[in-house]
Amino acid sequence: MSEELHDVRLRVNGASYDLRVPARRLLSDALRHDLGLTGTHVGCEHGVCGACTVLLDGAPVRACLMLAVSAQDQEVTTVEGLGNADGSLSNVQQGFAECHGLQCGFCTPGFLTTITAGLRDNPTPTHEECRDMIAGNLCRCTGYQNIVKAVERAAELGLETPEDGS
Amino acid sequence: MKPAPFAYHRPETLEAALAALAADPHAKVLAGGQSLVPLLSMRLAQPSALVDINALPGLDGIEVDETGVRIGALARHAAVLASPEVRRVQPLVSLALGHVAHATIRNRGTTVGSLVHADAAAEMPVVLSLLGGSVRVASVRGQRDIAAAELVLGPLESSLAPDEIAVSAFFPALPAGAGVAFEEVARRHGDYALCGVAALAHGARVAAGYVSVGDVPTVVDLSGVPAGERGAAALAQLDPQADIHATAAYRAQLVRVLTERVVESAVSSARGES
Amino acid sequence: MTTKLMGQGVQRVEDQRFLRGQGRYVDDVAVDPATLHAAVLRSPHAHARIVDIDVDAVLDLEGVHAVWTHEDLTGPMAEPLPLLIPHPALTHGRTQYALARDEVNYAGEAVAFVVADDRYLAEDALDRIRVTYDVLAPVVGIDAARAADRLVHDDVPGNVGARMEQGTGDAQAAIAKAPHRLELDLTVERSACTPLEGRGTVARWDPDSNRMQVWTSTQSSTGVRAVVAVKLGLDLGQVDVITPDVGGGFGVKINHPWPEELLVPLAARTLGRTVKFTEDRREHFVSSAHERGQVQHIEVGFDDDGRLLGLDVEFWHDHGAYTPYGLIVPIITSTQLLGPYKPEVYRVVFESLYTNTVMVTPYRGAGRPQGCFAMERTMDAIAAYLGKDRAEVRATNFIQPDEFPYDQGLIFQDGRELEYDSGDYPASLEKIKALVGWDDFPAFQKEMAAVGRKVGIGLACYVEGTGVGPYEGAHVHIETTGKVKVATGLTTQGQGHATVFAQLVADELGVRFEDVEVVTGDTRRMPYAVGTFASRAAVMSGSAIHLAARRAKEKVLKIAADALEAAEEDLQIVDGVVSVKGSPGTALDLGTVSVLSNPLRYAFDEASKAATQFSVGDPGKPPVPEDEEPGLEGRDFYSPERATFASGMHAVIVETDPDTAEITILKYAVVHDCGRLINPMIVEGQIHGGVAQGVAGALYERMAYDENGQLQNASFMDFLMPYVTEVPDGIDIDHLETPSPLNPLGIKGAGEAGVIPSAAVFAAAIEDAERIPITAMPISPSELFHLRQEHTP
Repeated sequence: MSEELHDVRLRVNGASYDLRVPARRLLSDALRHDLGLTGTHVGCEHGVCGACTVLLDGAPVRACLMLAVSAQDQEVTTVEGLGNADGSLSNVQQGFAECHGLQCGFCTPGFLTTITAGLRDNPTPTHEECRDMIAGNLCRCTGYQNIVKAVERAAELGLETPEDGS
Repeated sequence: MKPAPFAYHRPETLEAALAALAADPHAKVLAGGQSLVPLLSMRLAQPSALVDINALPGLDGIEVDETGVRIGALARHAAVLASPEVRRVQPLVSLALGHVAHATIRNRGTTVGSLVHADAAAEMPVVLSLLGGSVRVASVRGQRDIAAAELVLGPLESSLAPDEIAVSAFFPALPAGAGVAFEEVARRHGDYALCGVAALAHGARVAAGYVSVGDVPTVVDLSGVPAGERGAAALAQLDPQADIHATAAYRAQLVRVLTERVVESAVSSARGES
Repeated sequence: MTTKLMGQGVQRVEDQRFLRGQGRYVDDVAVDPATLHAAVLRSPHAHARIVDIDVDAVLDLEGVHAVWTHEDLTGPMAEPLPLLIPHPALTHGRTQYALARDEVNYAGEAVAFVVADDRYLAEDALDRIRVTYDVLAPVVGIDAARAADRLVHDDVPGNVGARMEQGTGDAQAAIAKAPHRLELDLTVERSACTPLEGRGTVARWDPDSNRMQVWTSTQSSTGVRAVVAVKLGLDLGQVDVITPDVGGGFGVKINHPWPEELLVPLAARTLGRTVKFTEDRREHFVSSAHERGQVQHIEVGFDDDGRLLGLDVEFWHDHGAYTPYGLIVPIITSTQLLGPYKPEVYRVVFESLYTNTVMVTPYRGAGRPQGCFAMERTMDAIAAYLGKDRAEVRATNFIQPDEFPYDQGLIFQDGRELEYDSGDYPASLEKIKALVGWDDFPAFQKEMAAVGRKVGIGLACYVEGTGVGPYEGAHVHIETTGKVKVATGLTTQGQGHATVFAQLVADELGVRFEDVEVVTGDTRRMPYAVGTFASRAAVMSGSAIHLAARRAKEKVLKIAADALEAAEEDLQIVDGVVSVKGSPGTALDLGTVSVLSNPLRYAFDEASKAATQFSVGDPGKPPVPEDEEPGLEGRDFYSPERATFASGMHAVIVETDPDTAEITILKYAVVHDCGRLINPMIVEGQIHGGVAQGVAGALYERMAYDENGQLQNASFMDFLMPYVTEVPDGIDIDHLETPSPLNPLGIKGAGEAGVIPSAAVFAAAIEDAERIPITAMPISPSELFHLRQEHTP
């Protein structure tokens, strides 16, 4: 007897997708395998590493700790949805590029979404606040030094060229 | 690590949720999922069904009045932590919440969910015990309030019946002239505490609640114990265990050190000193 | 205008795709409902005989396609996995089977392999497999292995896989004669790489062309290719291995083949479908590889200045249940232990031991951290004994700048002499002392003590043999568009190779950085390669790429000289245009040179008309000269006689909490010499990452096995990989450059340096703060608390 499938409409990066998935399908897997949005990465599946972090109605959440069926009626933003409409990098992404804030790139999407929300809520973070903003994401390559710099640079860029049209 | 199959219900009324639970004794409630989903993924929990309560209306409220704070089942930790009213009326809730996991987990995890998960290594169950709060639960048989002292039966085991859903939790207000404090020692930022202490000082009454020290959230009465002796007095009533991160002796040391610090901090706070 | 890119912090080309979430890691390949997914049933027991495996219930499950156990494997697939690096001293090497045959030797060993429509269904299938085990008592830990009350393998007496000795003379005699003597007993606990991305393999068998295509998250594309071909009975030429983007390796992905790297291609061919295996985090903990665990006994004889007269080291190395990677890790410990010093007489002997735990293969540092720990603790002990400054004792023992090349008289992990090519240890020492404030520290320590605070400072030095052979190669192809396509066969796990190598090509060829595209780890593009490990990529592939680019440039100049009717030495190439120096009107772009390099019969576009037979060529000569080839390509290999030796020194200031024994880092300083730097930003990134892993390994991470051989912390919840809050807020770095004389660019490796001296430097600092000997690492607050109890009078 095959598994029951549920209809769920996911709104991801501004587009709507209709899926039929089992209830147990994790949001991380639905994004990656059902929608082909492989930018969200899976590092642990127990909510600790943060590589799978996406924005749910603008707030960072672990996609590996959510069921796809639970995300009905909510706006999901993944790393693929962070860049500007013209394809250029957002301030956060640009900060990372300038400051060598990534090496293998696997943890990076989770940092980018987290920091995008973090700087939106606090556009002028102190150094301590920058560190605190990323304190829930693991990185094995960079040792975090340049990620902190990337947050500070992104904040600078945000003040120079705000992306919200202000 | 993927969950085993389960049936799934996403009711839109509390009645429907309660009926679904009543119909299946092996069903579990899904709210924030931050504790439940990893257990499902690791196949340590294999419920027959999940009753997802995230679509139920009116359960995300945070009601604050002078008697205390009532937190709805769907109020996320982040919302409670961000509430200045909660901080004003019962600052211990806000103090402890800042230590619960990481901000991202707090965006989805619920305070009520954490209470009902009954983990002795979690901050909120101990806070509820120390403050003498309660959890309101509902089932097809009606509604009842479970006092904190009756909430936890054993490690990860609450006293809720299989067909009961927690709909809210109540934390009594901090009385005038009382003081609270919270501190924990963890290996990494956001980890479960090796040892955490919440303290309440009100007049002659001094009590401390311990995170990660027993199998169940444990509160110790330290009324009348002078500073410098509180650590030993607390230890006399506790039985710190060993795990891979700390020996029993080290945990006992943390109990001693944190008890002194946190209780003194609560006492000072009660006296109006910051 | 030309600015050389060598030495520039050029922004990375890789970032453009990574930042947009457009990286293609192995689990991103073949994302398609038609792809089948695999799961592996792993032994829950550390040591057991397999009595029976019942898979009858599996195939009833809808969506499950196949299940394999060892019984289903035939020919080479049924034989043990290869022992990659044999050594005469490894008298009792053992490797696992792709699927366990009669017994399992670690909890996590692969027992059955299932393929299903998706991973969820595959895991459901695993739950239906019934294995009957006859559980045996396991051997866990070095003490148990040495005691040998029980054996891991019945035919390996004493659990000894190898015993190996090297030396330069009678160390015991030298120690006996020395004015002073000390003994140390040290322990380093097991840890692991834990990259954020685990292992994974995708395979597709193409019946139309009879070829197997494999994507795998590996550090050696050619290594995997060779084994897949042999095990599956294919010609080498039928197998392509493509390394996708890799989410970190740190050594664990150099081991190959994993069982899944063979089972996935086998399944792909058998089922005629694309098959994918991606491990989960728990699997990475229990079925990949670990490293670091050793017990060491050191005897040293020295004079009044602390000069090493005799050094005798014996150590026991825990290599887990199997030895696919041979003795590389303990050999590196044995040899790199010497660091920047020149003991008069040195002897080292080790036993490499079996335990019923996950096998041990290199983890960043690959045995050097353990060797550095042994030597640096010894230096500190000598200084304490003599009442001398710890930096001074080290300086007394340094190989001096005028003593290079310095032959240590040992054989290194590449089978060649351990001969240091260049370095300046005294200069490094001056720099690290200045950077950390070494001379001012005693006063600071006193100041802190007066207010009840405990602070301590540590110093540790290391030497790292990098750029080991046998070789790497590169292919440079200038296409008719002027774009330069470069390929080298080793792999990338975040080191920015595509950027760094493009810098080298841009410099050598005179093209724009943006016009160079580099591919690594694809056997279709460069089938001769070894792999990425031992901090060798910049040295090996960097040199090969530089040489290949030079060959391409030589050809460019030859063809352009002919076309422009100028002398080669009068030509320059700037931004992809060849011109006569001082005569800008006489120019030819590289695309045109590329067109001219390939005499055509058939034009395929406007530009190529210029190369057709009625347009070009001297009718009196063959279109393609005798010793030439058509096209504008350069291919070359770099194969050094020996490794090149990077070095560095770290210093740390810590504070310990008198009540909770928590350890806080106040300052972390690094002086680093990796010869000439290609991209300083990337090198610093490597140092930051290495230091973070070093801090992790010293203060947070260990593999917690219980006596039943169960790994108790097989998750990120309990394996304490640090967040930003656990690493120092800022690392002070200073560089020294002693170029390598062994390669054209003078570079040395940089990848592992950050992690090598960490255990040593933290042990030293904590000991300085506490005045308690620290002989075992890592150390947690709980452990420090207990040491304090033990040492309280």
